[in-house]
Amino acid sequence: MELYIVGRCKALVIQIEEDLDHHTAGKIRDVINRELPKTGAINLIFDFSRVNFMDSSGIGMIIGRYKTAKTLGGRIVIAGASEGVKRIIKMSGVDELVLMTDTVDKALEEVTADAAE
Amino acid sequence: MLQNKIKVEFPNKSDNERFARTVAAAFIVELDPTMDQLSEVKTAVSEAVTNAIIHGYEGCDGIITMEGEIVDRTVEFTVSDKGIGISDIKLAREPLFTGKPEMERSGMGFTIMETFMDSVDVESEVGKGTRVTMRKCLG
Repeated sequence: MELYIVGRCKALVIQIEEDLDHHTAGKIRDVINRELPKTGAINLIFDFSRVNFMDSSGIGMIIGRYKTAKTLGGRIVIAGASEGVKRIIKMSGVDELVLMTDTVDKALEEVTADAAE
Repeated sequence: MLQNKIKVEFPNKSDNERFARTVAAAFIVELDPTMDQLSEVKTAVSEAVTNAIIHGYEGCDGIITMEGEIVDRTVEFTVSDKGIGISDIKLAREPLFTGKPEMERSGMGFTIMETFMDSVDVESEVGKGTRVTMRKCLG
């Protein structure tokens, strides 16, 4: 997993490069909780373009981070999710809480537009 | 008629979630499933194994058993533990119910199993353990 900041849109981008299950979701949650306060970011963009598998543990992790972003006045964007991952996200209703985009660039455009409003 | 069986036992460590679903996927490959079917079985198995790891032994060490059986084109997976059991199975199966909200559990595990498999049976006895049996015909 890699994290980077895009300062102009107060976004922390989280590149996930492994299966998203209970084992990895806890590690990802801990890293975000530790790093986010240091960054000043309010928006979380998850780059899911390399995630081949996600189960309900990933949903729990996303909902937890949604609560954090909402508290900060930001939002969650999930970029590049596969059809299988999208299916789980839609089944859980999480698609109503987060924005889904095809790419990280598109996600950054969306949160930049938020900042301009 | 194609018939096959497997049985694997592993400690209730979260590292083993990936191992279990990978074994499940490898086991059914001989049925030449579609990518969607493969993904559905892997996800359902992952949910059952994760439930057993998180809830089965309440933080204590324990063993999870996963059995698989193929009869013709129907696959059956059973995930069992000898842990604390479930006192109210009906409640546990309700969408969004979680016994561990502090762990950011979504409560979607059984819903996903039921959606992706043709049938899901849960047998449990408090203090004895839990056994989840899932079946799916791969058409």
